[in-house]
Formats: sequence, C-alpha cells, structure tokens
Amino acid sequence: MMVDQQSSHAVVARGLVKRFGGVAAVDGIDLDVPSGMIFAILGPNGAGKTTLMRMLATLTAPDGGTATVMGHDLVAAPRDVRGAISMTGQFASLDEDLTGRENLILLARLWGFRGRAAKARADELLADFDLADAATRQVKSYSGGMRRRLDIAASLVVTPGLLFLDEPTTGLDPKARQGVWRMIRDLAGSGVTVLLTTQYLEEADQLADRIAVIDHGRKIAEGTSRELKAATGSGYLHVTPADPSRLDEAARILEVLLGHPCQRSPEGATLSVVAGDAAQANGAVAALIAAGIEPADFSMGSPSLDEVFFALTGGTGTDTP
Amino acid sequence: MTSSTPPFRPAFRNVQRPPAPSALSNALVFGWRAVLKFRHVPEQLFDLVMTPIMFTLLFTFVFGGALAGSPADYLQFFLPGILVQTVCFNAVYSGMGLCTDLGQGLFDRFRSLPIWSLAPFAGLMVGDVLRHVIAGGIILAVGLILGYRPEAGIPGVVGAFLMLIAIGFGMGWIFIVLGLIIRTPTTVMTAGFTVLFPLVFASNIMVEPATMPDWLRSIVAVNPVSLITTAVRGLMSGQAAAGDVALALVAPLALTLALAPVTLWLYRRR
Repeated sequence: MMVDQQSSHAVVARGLVKRFGGVAAVDGIDLDVPSGMIFAILGPNGAGKTTLMRMLATLTAPDGGTATVMGHDLVAAPRDVRGAISMTGQFASLDEDLTGRENLILLARLWGFRGRAAKARADELLADFDLADAATRQVKSYSGGMRRRLDIAASLVVTPGLLFLDEPTTGLDPKARQGVWRMIRDLAGSGVTVLLTTQYLEEADQLADRIAVIDHGRKIAEGTSRELKAATGSGYLHVTPADPSRLDEAARILEVLLGHPCQRSPEGATLSVVAGDAAQANGAVAALIAAGIEPADFSMGSPSLDEVFFALTGGTGTDTP
Repeated sequence: MTSSTPPFRPAFRNVQRPPAPSALSNALVFGWRAVLKFRHVPEQLFDLVMTPIMFTLLFTFVFGGALAGSPADYLQFFLPGILVQTVCFNAVYSGMGLCTDLGQGLFDRFRSLPIWSLAPFAGLMVGDVLRHVIAGGIILAVGLILGYRPEAGIPGVVGAFLMLIAIGFGMGWIFIVLGLIIRTPTTVMTAGFTVLFPLVFASNIMVEPATMPDWLRSIVAVNPVSLITTAVRGLMSGQAAAGDVALALVAPLALTLALAPVTLWLYRRR
C-alpha cells in the first residue's frame, strides 16, 4: 500500500511539524500529492503555506514527521529530492546585478550544461518566456511581471518532476496572472506535477485539480473544488439589494427567516446565506420585497469557494451542520 | 511594453538533466558569477581602493617624516602593511554581499539545487581573491609611483600577493559567518569594522611597536595581523624567514578549519 502510494505520488507527507521559537508554524500536516496534477495549498497569510513548501523543497528541516518527495526521503536523501524538484519562491530569486541571460546561464551550468549548451538552453528559455528583448539587460531594470517570468524560467532549466510555486501570481496584474495560469496548465499538461500555494480562492478554483485548505498550521479540509463546495452543505441564497444603504436591514431579515448568519461579499454589496431549500429561499425573498427592499439581483446556487473558505476557517463564525 | 503582449508561450520541451557536474565545476560557476558582478558593478572597485590610497598618502606625507625620518623611508615600511589592511577591510564586503544575497532569496534557489553545498561560498572566495589582487595591484602601483621599491623584485611581490590571498581567504570566513548571522548588510559592515579596527591598529602596520607600552607591545606581538604584516614585509624585501611565513599562515588556516564547518551548519540550518 505504502510502496504503491509512493510510486504514484509526488509527495507523501505524514505529521510534518515546524516550530519557530516554540510556535508551530506547521502543526502536524499530512499531505498526499498525486503525480501529474496541479495541487493547491490554500490559506490566508501566516497559515504556514510557505513553511510547508520550504520543508518539502529541502530548504527548512522539519522538526517532526516524515515525507517522501518524488520517491526520495526528505531528510535522508535531500540531494536526490533536489535533483527531481524545482522551486520558485515568493520573492524573485535572481541576481539583480546580472542580466537575465546570465542568470539563466548560471543556473544551466549549475545543472551541468556545459559552455555552448548552457547558452543555448538560456536562449531557448528567454524566447519561450518572451524575454529575448531584455536578455542583455540587468535584472534590476526588469518590471515585476518580467522578473516573475524569468524566475519561473529559472525553475525550468531542467524539466522538474515536481515544481513548487510559492504564490506564483502575487503582485501581478490580471493579464500577467492569466499568462502564469496558462503556463502552469501547459506545464501540468506536459506531465509536471505542480504544487502551488495561494491565498486567492479564484486561483485555486481555476487551476487546481485538488486543494488543501490550511489555517494556523493545520490542514482543515482537502478535496476537489467541487467536493469542498459540497462539504459546506446546503445551497446558498445570494441577494443584492438595489439600495445598498438597506443592506444591514436586509441581512437581519434573512438571518431571522433562514436561521443562518449572512455573509457579505468582499465588495460588500451582496449577501449570501444558507437556505435549506427553494421554498425557504422564495419566502425570504418575498419577505424582503414585502419590507420594501427591492433585490436588484438574487440567485440560488452552490457556495463559492470564498464561502467555503470562510465557513472552514470560521472567518464569520458560520457553523456547518 | 511587456504587459501589452501576453507572456508565456513556452514550447515545453522535456529537458532532461545532464550528467551531474563536479563540485569543482559548481564552485567555478559561482566564481564566474563573481567575475560578472565585477564587470557589471565596477564602482565597487572605488569603495575598495579609495580608503587605502588616502591612508597611503596621508601617512606617508603627514606622519612619514615624524615616524620614520622621511616620507620615503616611511613608505618603504608602510606599503606592505597597507596591503594587509586593504585585504582585511575588503573581506568585509564579501560578508555584506552575502547578506544582500540571502535577503533576496537568491540563496534559496541555490539551496534547492542538487549542487555541492559549499559551492556558493567557494564562489564568494573567488570573488574575494579577484578583489584582493585588483585592489592590491592598484595600491602597489600607487606605491611604486610614490617611490616604493620592493627589494625582492617580482618574485617577492608574487610571494607577498599569494600570502595576501591566503589571508583574505582566512579572514573571509569571519565575514561569511557574520553575513549568515546578521540580517542587514550595514550591520555586517559595522560589526566587521568593530572587529577589524583594533586588530589593524594594534599591530605593526602603521608603526614599529618599540615605543608602545609593554602590555600593548605584548598584544601586538601575538596579533595575527602583525604576524601577517611581518611576513608580507619580509617577502617584499627578500628577508622573510620560513618561520615568519609559517607563523603568518597559522591564523588563516585555523580560521578555515574552524569556520568552514560553522558556515555549512549555519547555511543548512537557515
């Protein structure tokens, strides 16, 4: 069973712990990342995502637990692990004084490409990542998006079996983010297992085949996006009152009628609340209209990943049955 | 310019890993990086040589006559010493550079690569050697213009420079360790100079210790910087005893043996 799991899984971790000055940043996490998929670790800032990833990438030694990465024991054979993985950290790990091309040649040589082969590999990557024009400029003159691209290119000098991406789109504009997503899908399509961390629910929803939700160093849920949504239970009623100033009043009415706390959308204009069935939802909307609160929009649907996340982390105190 | 075109159209070729390179090859790649940095940031040379040139000029012409009878005599005494001082002070910069690299996450990438763990530090050392040789060469050139003459000729100078490289290598470990422990580059510099100033001034670099009080003279006599300066002076003037050279090499050797494992431990622990 264990052997079977190790051959089909890029990561098999049991009870991983990392403490910083007595505080457990990662507090006993089990993780199974099947080969060939995009796996997202979702959680708020400070949840322990980066620490977990750094442990799996051999950058930080675990204080407890065991893990096998690409079939190699994390603690006993870190160098074998390093040979099979690649990591793009949260902050550009590039030499600012060197040019983009020199950065890639440097890494290609460290991987074992010699002379001309290293230069050829660097030029290939520069072309692939749309950086050929900036190849001979120092990295310190690059924009945020260009740095990110070079940073990811630097992780692909040799095609890794497992690619770690720590918050790959943080700080990028929407267009650059789309580009990174496309690249991640392409990579996964070519057989690379991708383990990424994100604090964006949309990112996990869009990209990941499987999502682990982490909070306070513990895994609080895991599954596909669909499974996580289903686990939160009943359908949700989403209501956007036409008059935003009556949002509080509308929330009170919905809470009294449906018996569940209302959640507000991040923009604050839409209310979401658990509604047992369509009849209850219908009654609640009717009550709003009777109170003179005209809904500009209302719908019944499964919870968004946002709602799942808030429900799981207890962000708004929602209790799921 | 770049945000207008959608990035990433990687034609994913599955690129296999070439045969693993040797530890030496890894180290040389990092050395190449140091050379590139020199080419891209030539200003750093200015930081390295301006202070020692000022020291040379001030001490020779302001204090030289009083200290040694004439500026020319003093320069003959002082120049090998200022070379030692230059190398010691330069070692601080590699600690600062390391601290900057660590802060930027660059070393995280190096650490996630299947390479020899100490290779990045070997590269720093290559950069140091380069800095020492270039800075030392410029100071020596200034000295020659001012009238300094190494009695032992070219072989003496080559011997002295090899000695300087050995010292720089030994001192380098101190600042690499500081760079690994301290978070900000300027603090590395302050801590470095706090260690270096007493070592350099309470030595025989500037003056013969004959006029110092007994307690200080006994400190100066065992100060590794004094031993090193005596050896470099001896090599340049052709009067070096084998014992002087051996004694001078004790400190760099001890530092390497003691601090290389500490460096590795600190680096892996981060």
